[in-house]
Amino acid sequence: MAGLEIRNVEKVYGNKFKAVHGISLEVRDGEFMVLVGPSGCAKSTLLRMIAGLETVTSGEILIGERVVNNVVPGKRGISMVFQNYALYPHMKVIKNLSFGMRLARRPKDEIDAGIGQVTTLLEIEELLDRLPKQLSGGQAQRVAVGRAIIKKPEVFLFDEPLSNLDAKLRAAMRVRLTELHQRLKEQMGLSSTVVYVTHDQVEAMTMGDRICVMKDGRIMQVADPVTLYERPANAFVAGFIGTPEMNLVSATIRSGSGGLMLGLGSQAIQLDTLVVERLEKERTGDVTLGVRPQHIVPALPGAVNTLEGKVSHLEFMGHEIYLHVLIEGQPFISVTQSAGFDRDAARDSVIHFTLQQDAIHLFDPNSGESISLSD
Amino acid sequence: MATQSSTMTDIERETERTNRVTRRLGRISATVRYLILAGVGLIMLYPLIWLIGASFKTNAEIFANPGFIPHEPTLDGYVKGWQTSTPYTFATFFWNTFLIILPKTIGTAISATAVAYGFARFEFPGKRIFFSALIAILLLPNVVTRIPQYLLFRDLGWLDTFLPLWVPSALAGDAFFVFMLIQFLRAIPRDMEEAARVDGANTAQVLIFIVVPLLAPAIVSVCLFQIMWTMNDFLGPLIYLSSVDKYPVSLALKLSIDTTEAFDWNKILAMSVLALTPSLVIFFLAQKRFIEGISSGGVKG
Repeated sequence: MAGLEIRNVEKVYGNKFKAVHGISLEVRDGEFMVLVGPSGCAKSTLLRMIAGLETVTSGEILIGERVVNNVVPGKRGISMVFQNYALYPHMKVIKNLSFGMRLARRPKDEIDAGIGQVTTLLEIEELLDRLPKQLSGGQAQRVAVGRAIIKKPEVFLFDEPLSNLDAKLRAAMRVRLTELHQRLKEQMGLSSTVVYVTHDQVEAMTMGDRICVMKDGRIMQVADPVTLYERPANAFVAGFIGTPEMNLVSATIRSGSGGLMLGLGSQAIQLDTLVVERLEKERTGDVTLGVRPQHIVPALPGAVNTLEGKVSHLEFMGHEIYLHVLIEGQPFISVTQSAGFDRDAARDSVIHFTLQQDAIHLFDPNSGESISLSD
Repeated sequence: MATQSSTMTDIERETERTNRVTRRLGRISATVRYLILAGVGLIMLYPLIWLIGASFKTNAEIFANPGFIPHEPTLDGYVKGWQTSTPYTFATFFWNTFLIILPKTIGTAISATAVAYGFARFEFPGKRIFFSALIAILLLPNVVTRIPQYLLFRDLGWLDTFLPLWVPSALAGDAFFVFMLIQFLRAIPRDMEEAARVDGANTAQVLIFIVVPLLAPAIVSVCLFQIMWTMNDFLGPLIYLSSVDKYPVSLALKLSIDTTEAFDWNKILAMSVLALTPSLVIFFLAQKRFIEGISSGGVKG
């Protein structure tokens, strides 16, 4: 039963490269925390520091109430699932599962009980006598998870565990792991605090209780999936979460006759009071406009306060169509229902678009911080 | 119709003929190829075959009969060769060879693995310099170190013992083996070792339970090389051993030539055949692992 706390942790490599810039993060007991970010954002480094596979340059890592900076990996009360499973190739599955317990010289009946419990939970009874090379990707994955569970650790660490699986299996394993997290709590009474690293924002959104978005060794935002999606703290989080990506374009806010106007090149629309209320003080000047493709849609006939754009090409996705549009030379993606949409007419045509103003975001163009969150 | 069918048979006949020609050419080509390969193979093996044949001849026949099949096969060479002109039989010399090879091979396997593990997996101060030294030793001709080594072992009082022959190797002195294991280890992903550390293994346990099994093919190769090279080593024993009762097989073979009596070539040849046998047997027994070890550093994950 333990949470995890990271206090001002920094990592500087031998060649003076600073990978992690003073990160602080708290993972509550039993929480499923996802670290997500593009490659090179140091999310794996952070995980490996928690595991004890990398040294911590400064700061503290606490598991439970204990500072573990100088504790060897095996004594930290963690277990880890590696990207390529890292099963011991010369040992049968059963030996792979029991390796840690055998090293710790646990009594045989305890080992057997542990193996029984894990194999039932993960349905790998029939694999026990196989070698890792005789397993499929999904099976190897399950064995790797089993090897992590059998130790009954305080914290589980997952390092991109699904990235070697094909798309279909990945979707299935995603659900399975989330279920497993629940069942560990209920059936085995494990606190099962999880830190899960991925570069896939879909995995992050679907699996995490909370998500920590990272970039270049810094935390950009830590929040639950809905908050991240609806109220991104900065332009990076806004662009990283959600598919297709949020449109991020430069715009200006200026005072007009009826209040604040949002200008895009030579076009401008009246800003809704909804937005103005959320906006920091009397903010005018250059901003970055963030609008999700679902929130910029072809205008109904006769609508006012619209933006005009030229359709450059369109992608048919089934029940939706992605319109790639240029508005004042800036590319936008707009998602619209494919039913009743005349694709031939839309191709290369000029269309008016309505912004759903309750769902737009405005960011400071220099710092990238949101300026439309204060309420 | 009639013309058509006759045309068809013409085509068929033509195809049939071409096929036949192709098949015949193929057969001729294969025959020629195999003849050449067998010929070259025979030329390469001939000295060995002749050696085996000649070991069953009498001393007189060796010079009279150039063929390798003896006219009057005799075990005389083996029986008398085994007795030698010294108070010791070849059993003593084989036993001596074994006494050198056993600690040397075991020592090499253990020390080279440990050193390679250190170089391939750990950062420590002066690693670059030590590694450069290792490569330098690899490039240095053996002859250069003979005299300093001799002086060193003389001062240690190790002359005329087996120690100078196996102690350097058992302390990872064979840079080639260390280097070979380092390269092999570099190709193995570290994840398994990290997983073992998370599972609670300390450095020594990681080495013994994870790294050594993964390195096994390479370690087998190292042992085989060491056995064969030690078996064939002549210079080392020649320099350090002076008492006949400590001679290994390689030196003992020369013993018969040293004696004042006329050379009994059949004895020398017979003992040479016996001296070759252990290496050959070991090689063929471990051939599969050996080729695995030297051909690839990769381990399928």
